[in-house]
Amino acid sequence: MFVINCPYCGERDQTEFSCHGEAHIARPDNPAEVSDEEWGEYLFFRNNPKGIHFERWTHDHGCRRWFNVMRDTVSDKIIKTYKMGDQKPGVTDV
Amino acid sequence: MKYSFYNLVRNSFSYHENWEKAWSSPELKPEYDVIIVGGGGHGLGTAYYLAKEFGVKNIAVLEKGWIGGGNTGRNTTIIRSNYLWDESAALYNHAVNLWEGLSSELNFNVMFSQRGLFHLAHSVHDMQEITRRGYSNYLNGIDAEILNQEQVAKKIPHMNMHGRYPVLGALLQRRAGTARHDAVAWGYARAAENLGVDIIQNCEVKGIDISNGKVVGLQTTKGSVKVDKVGLVPAGHSSVLADMAGFTLPINSVPLQALVSEPIKPILDCVIMSNSVHVYVSQSDKGELVVGAGSDAYNSYSQRGSFDMIEHMMAPLVELFPIFSRLKMLRSWGGIVDVTPDRSPIIGKTPVKDLFINCGWGTGGFKATPGSAHVFAETVSKGEPNDIAAPFSLDRHYSGALVDEAAAAAVAH
Repeated sequence: MFVINCPYCGERDQTEFSCHGEAHIARPDNPAEVSDEEWGEYLFFRNNPKGIHFERWTHDHGCRRWFNVMRDTVSDKIIKTYKMGDQKPGVTDV
Repeated sequence: MKYSFYNLVRNSFSYHENWEKAWSSPELKPEYDVIIVGGGGHGLGTAYYLAKEFGVKNIAVLEKGWIGGGNTGRNTTIIRSNYLWDESAALYNHAVNLWEGLSSELNFNVMFSQRGLFHLAHSVHDMQEITRRGYSNYLNGIDAEILNQEQVAKKIPHMNMHGRYPVLGALLQRRAGTARHDAVAWGYARAAENLGVDIIQNCEVKGIDISNGKVVGLQTTKGSVKVDKVGLVPAGHSSVLADMAGFTLPINSVPLQALVSEPIKPILDCVIMSNSVHVYVSQSDKGELVVGAGSDAYNSYSQRGSFDMIEHMMAPLVELFPIFSRLKMLRSWGGIVDVTPDRSPIIGKTPVKDLFINCGWGTGGFKATPGSAHVFAETVSKGEPNDIAAPFSLDRHYSGALVDEAAAAAVAH
């Protein structure tokens, strides 16, 4: 079980949070014009790395705000948590 | 050596010390016609059907650990086919039909036990859902019985019908049941090797060689190998292998846990499943209760889940069966399951020519093992999926023709 450092509330138990999948996925600006392939990629296809993963979490039983987590999927170790809108950290930044 | 009563008696004279090994450990040859990556039930089964029914001679199965050591040996062994949609019904019922003859087909007792599965309904909505699914099952020729509260209480007398999660009824599939998961891997491995398939254990694929858009070879921890066709059957590591071949999948890999209790005398002669409160339980032939539930929501390859998920399994189990409340749980473990957006598998072609994939079985692949292996063997040998496999192509994520069993069956599979 993790202890997650909410960027707004500080360290809390994982049971207060829920995970909502990969972060930093941009919705196409012009949905009506993109091809089925591009729209399918946006909706369904995900990086599913064995290693560093960027993902969205919410602090459901706390501040209820969304934030991003950089985590290693091999060890489940959380490397960094950061607010929505913050720059995606590079692997060398941490 | 055929397993038979005659050979059992004959070997007893030498104190059972001269049974030949069920499968050997051959060296990796430099070239194969077909290589199956992943030595679980689905992969070994694919190799078996390729050799037996589709006439492929030169086949290898590469397994990075030991055969059946991944999700084949980590599940709760439940087998059923009462799915809502026609596409799923065809696929999973194909599997149940093959399960019924599997022990004699493989000359290996897979301990397939059709003890019946009760899918509980706890609310008016649940009753509507099982009624709809039950009628859909009738139309697809799958056995289903919609039971009311009284009928369920009579069948499972020690279940708490009026507790926090009142039981209003159940969908019963009598042909559903369980099987011995290890025996499925071992049986397919032995039968495949008898047909000349090389089963290479401790051989991890590290790279996929592609030339002009066609797969031509594999880089492994036991050296490189040339190959004409490759079938990827890697379960939790599907995305890792797809990444080697240069494409992505609509898959997230998440942990799924299960646990077993201390062994007790026979108390539960069927499989119980509840989607609403989310627990499923059966009793193994050794007497242990085998309990499972939902997966964690975050991606992970750690093969361990979070502790609160165990609490989420145990709470409804004890509420439904107060009689189990003092049992000790002996073991818990986790597997990594590859979950697709519609909770249906991906079987078929990939963007790379002659590279095929069978993955995305998520939390419920064991029940499909023979059916999955059979349709995938045909896909690999002919280069095109058959009618059963066709709706499960990777392309459905572009066309939008999803087989949305997540909505149909709510959660567990």
